[in-house]
Amino acid sequence: MADARKPAAPGFETLAVHAGASPDPATGARSTPIYQTTAYVFDDVDHAASLFNLQTYGYLYSRLTNPTVSVLEERVAALEGGRGAICVASGHAAQVLAFFTFMEPGDHFVAANKLYGGSITQFGRSFKKFGWEATLVDPDEPENFRRAITPRTKAIFVESLANPSGVVVDLERVARIAHDAGLLFIVDNTMASPYLCRPFEWGADLIVHSTTKFLSGHGNAMGGAVIDSGKVDWAKNPKFKSLTEPEPAYHGLRFYETFGDLAFTVHGHAVGLRDLGATMAPVNAFLTITGIETLALRMERHVANALAVARYLERHPAVAWVSHAGLASSPYHGLAKKYLPKGTGPVFTFGLKDGYDAGVKLVEGVNLFSHLANVGDTRSLILHPASTTHRQLTAEQQAAAGAGPEVVRLSIGIESVADLIADLDQALASAGH
Amino acid sequence: MNHDAYSDDYLRGILRRVRTIAIVGASENWNRPSYFAMKYLQTKGYRVIPVNPGASVPEILREKVYKSLAEIPDAIDMVDIFRRSEEAAAIVDAAIAKGAKVVWMQIGVRDDAAARKAEAAGLEVVMNRCPKIEYSRLCGELGWSGVNTGIISAKRRRL
Ligand SMILES: Cc1ncc(COP(=O)(O)O)c(C=O)c1O
Repeated sequence: MADARKPAAPGFETLAVHAGASPDPATGARSTPIYQTTAYVFDDVDHAASLFNLQTYGYLYSRLTNPTVSVLEERVAALEGGRGAICVASGHAAQVLAFFTFMEPGDHFVAANKLYGGSITQFGRSFKKFGWEATLVDPDEPENFRRAITPRTKAIFVESLANPSGVVVDLERVARIAHDAGLLFIVDNTMASPYLCRPFEWGADLIVHSTTKFLSGHGNAMGGAVIDSGKVDWAKNPKFKSLTEPEPAYHGLRFYETFGDLAFTVHGHAVGLRDLGATMAPVNAFLTITGIETLALRMERHVANALAVARYLERHPAVAWVSHAGLASSPYHGLAKKYLPKGTGPVFTFGLKDGYDAGVKLVEGVNLFSHLANVGDTRSLILHPASTTHRQLTAEQQAAAGAGPEVVRLSIGIESVADLIADLDQALASAGH
Repeated sequence: MNHDAYSDDYLRGILRRVRTIAIVGASENWNRPSYFAMKYLQTKGYRVIPVNPGASVPEILREKVYKSLAEIPDAIDMVDIFRRSEEAAAIVDAAIAKGAKVVWMQIGVRDDAAARKAEAAGLEVVMNRCPKIEYSRLCGELGWSGVNTGIISAKRRRL
C-alpha cells in the first residue's frame, strides 16, 4: 500500500518561488506566461454548459478567472497557509470583495481606527452607499471591539501591523472576541506580509492584501488579494446566507454544500468578480508573481535597514519620537515579538519637534527618498500624511490614525543603509537643525 | 492507515487504477453535488454508474440508474458514497460483496469501523474527501479556481 504519511510541508521560500507555478501545461514554459486574453474557446456546447454551471474547472472569461492570475492566487494562498484566494485589481477592491461576500444592506462591522487612511475613508463613506456600517475603535484595548458589537455585526477588521503608525494588534485576543460572537475575523496583512506575520495561525478567517506593496514589491503593479482560511463553518451561522442559501443566478446552487471548504474561493470568482468586475490585469499578476519570488530576501533587508534608520532617528535632536515596534521604547514591542518574530515592518512613523512645517521641509529636502504616496517598494519612500494621504480626515481622525501634523512616514527600501541615513541627515539639518 | 491525512501518492494511485465507479446516492438533479462529481469524472474518462433507489428517471448522464450495487451487471472498481455516515456501513458491506477494490466516502461522510472492515477485506478506503476535488487538485485544474493545491513541482502536471 502507498505510504499514507504526509510529506513535510515545503518551506516559505520554496513556496514563494514555486507555489502555483508548475511549468505551463500547454508549452512547458518555465516562467509563468502572461495570458493576455479576454476569453477562452469551448470544446462544444456541453463543455460550455459545464463551465457556466460551475460543474467543471476551466477558463471562460477573464473577468472571472485567468491562467496568469490564478497562478498568483494559488501562490498567495500558499504563502498565507489558506485554502484559496481571489486576486483583484487593488487592495481596496479586495476589501470590497471580502465584505461583499457576506454583508447585506443594514449590516455592520467593527474595525480598528488605526488603519491605512484610504481604508478609513472607504469604510466611512463609500461603504455607506452599500448600506454597510462600520464602527471604528481603538485596537490598543481589544475589549473595545466587543463593546461595539451590535445584532447586525458580521465581522471585525484590523491591520496586523497598521499603516502608517506601526501599531501591532493583539490578533489572538481579537480573534477570540470575534469568534465568541460568531463573527468573521478579517486581517489586512499588507504591511507585515506573510513573511513577517501569519494571521491564520492566530485565528483570522480571511486575510486581505494590497499586493501593490511588499508582495509585488517593486512599486510597479497594482493588485489585491482575499485569502480564505477554509476553516469557517458557513452553515453553522445563519448570518452568512450567501454561501449556504440557493444562489438564483446559478439555478439554486448552494455554494457551501457543493464546494465545501472551497466555497468562499469559488464564490469570490463566480459571483464576486463576475458582478463587481474588479479584475486584476494579467501583466500585473505576472509582475507580482515575479516579485514574490524574492519576498523573503527583500523583507530581511527591509527589516534590517528600517531598524537601523529607526535607531538613527531616535537619537536625532530634531526628532520628538519614533514609532517603530522593533525599538525597545515602543509600547508594541512585546506584541511585535509575539506576532512579528522576524522583525517589524519597514514602514514606520516619527514625529518632528517643529511640527507640520518641518515635515513639509523634510519631504522636500530629501534626495534619495522618493516623496510619494506608496509603501513597500525596493526604493525608500517618504510621506507627510497630514498633507497627503490623511488630509481628507478630520484632525481627530488624523490623530487617532497616528497621522498628526508632525508625523512623517517612511517606507525603507533595500538600498545601502548608510546612504539612506546620510540623506535623512542632510535633509533634517536643512529642515532647521 | 491514517484517515485524517492521505498522501498525494495514495490518492493518485487510486485515481489512476480505477476505471469504473459506482456513485451511491447519485442525483438526477443537475445542480446537486453528486451530479457535478459524476459529470466531471465522466469527462476524465471514468465510467460512472449511478445508484439511487429513488430515482424517477431511467438514466443519469447517459448511464442506466440501478437501485442497488448488487443489481449492477458489470464489475465495479470503486464505490463512491454520497450518503450520510449512518448509511455508510451497509453500503460498504455491499461494496465488499460486489468485489469493489476501493470505497470512497464523500466530504462529511466517515465511518471508521466500516473502513476497518473494508480494509480487512483487502479494499482501499478514502473518507471525508471528494474524488472530483482530489482529481482536479492533483492534476492542477483546481488551481485554476485560485485554490491552494499544495502541489509543488518543476515537472509539467498530469494526474
Ligand atoms: C494597509 C493597506 N491596506 C490597503 C491598501 C489599499 O491598497 P491599494 O492601494 O492597492 O488599493 C493600502 C494602500 O496603501 C494599505 O497600505
